[in-house]
Amino acid sequence: MSEIDEIDLRLLRLLSENADRSAGALAKALGMSQPAIWRRIKRLEESGVIKGYRWILNREKLGLGVTVFLGVKLSGKRGVPIDDFERAVSAIPEVQTVEHVLGMYDYRLRVVARDIADFERILRRRIMSLPGAGDVEANVLSSEERLLGPLLPL
Amino acid sequence: MVSRRLTKLRQDGVILAKEAVIDWQKLGYGVEVSLRITLDKSQARVFEEFLDAARAIPQVIELQTFVGRVDVRLSVIAKDMADYQRIYRQRILNLPHVSDVEALMHISRIKSDEVLPV
Repeated sequence: MSEIDEIDLRLLRLLSENADRSAGALAKALGMSQPAIWRRIKRLEESGVIKGYRWILNREKLGLGVTVFLGVKLSGKRGVPIDDFERAVSAIPEVQTVEHVLGMYDYRLRVVARDIADFERILRRRIMSLPGAGDVEANVLSSEERLLGPLLPL
Repeated sequence: MVSRRLTKLRQDGVILAKEAVIDWQKLGYGVEVSLRITLDKSQARVFEEFLDAARAIPQVIELQTFVGRVDVRLSVIAKDMADYQRIYRQRILNLPHVSDVEALMHISRIKSDEVLPV
């Protein structure tokens, strides 16, 4: 994607702040025509620069009040293929993201639960029993911000 | 109808907003590092001062605070390792009240599913 220009970056900034704006509002903000904005959004989506859209949900209202980040180390025992671990951990619905990382831990998991007791149940019954799971470190999320990153300001 | 349900979920405050998710790799940011930071909590306003300074770094795309061994986690993106090293030395190491930093480098994202299990 070498043809990303400044207008694309501004558009991305607006969309990552709030993807509910109409094409008309975006066109006005960027001083362009509505069809031109549509074309750009379509191009950014098709090329994968926009991976998708995320609903920001009120977790408390859904009864999922606790988010925990888990660092998981694979146990030293040989023989458990890494794919098996990845497949099994990805199949747990409460595990929202699985990232393979390099450092103190091998994987980083984002887990949602109703409360701490529910989290403990998920940890013991589902995560600790995974093939290859070794040491685990848990940190309970207390606040979270997503920033716009190095996108151009308007 | 799906759209009617969505409208209702918004009215009820279950859906708060919708935002685009950007693939930073496609924009030329090939490196992503998770920095797990422990703060020196012996003074007041440590969190506020640290978070304000971290927000001012353009390459920080996520900021989370925790109850646990780690106090704060930053997601930092960079064009390549040389760029990362520059950001780390010039910006991250100058953040206030840091007592310890651990880095986890992202290799791959196996699952990215922010759908809630309800």
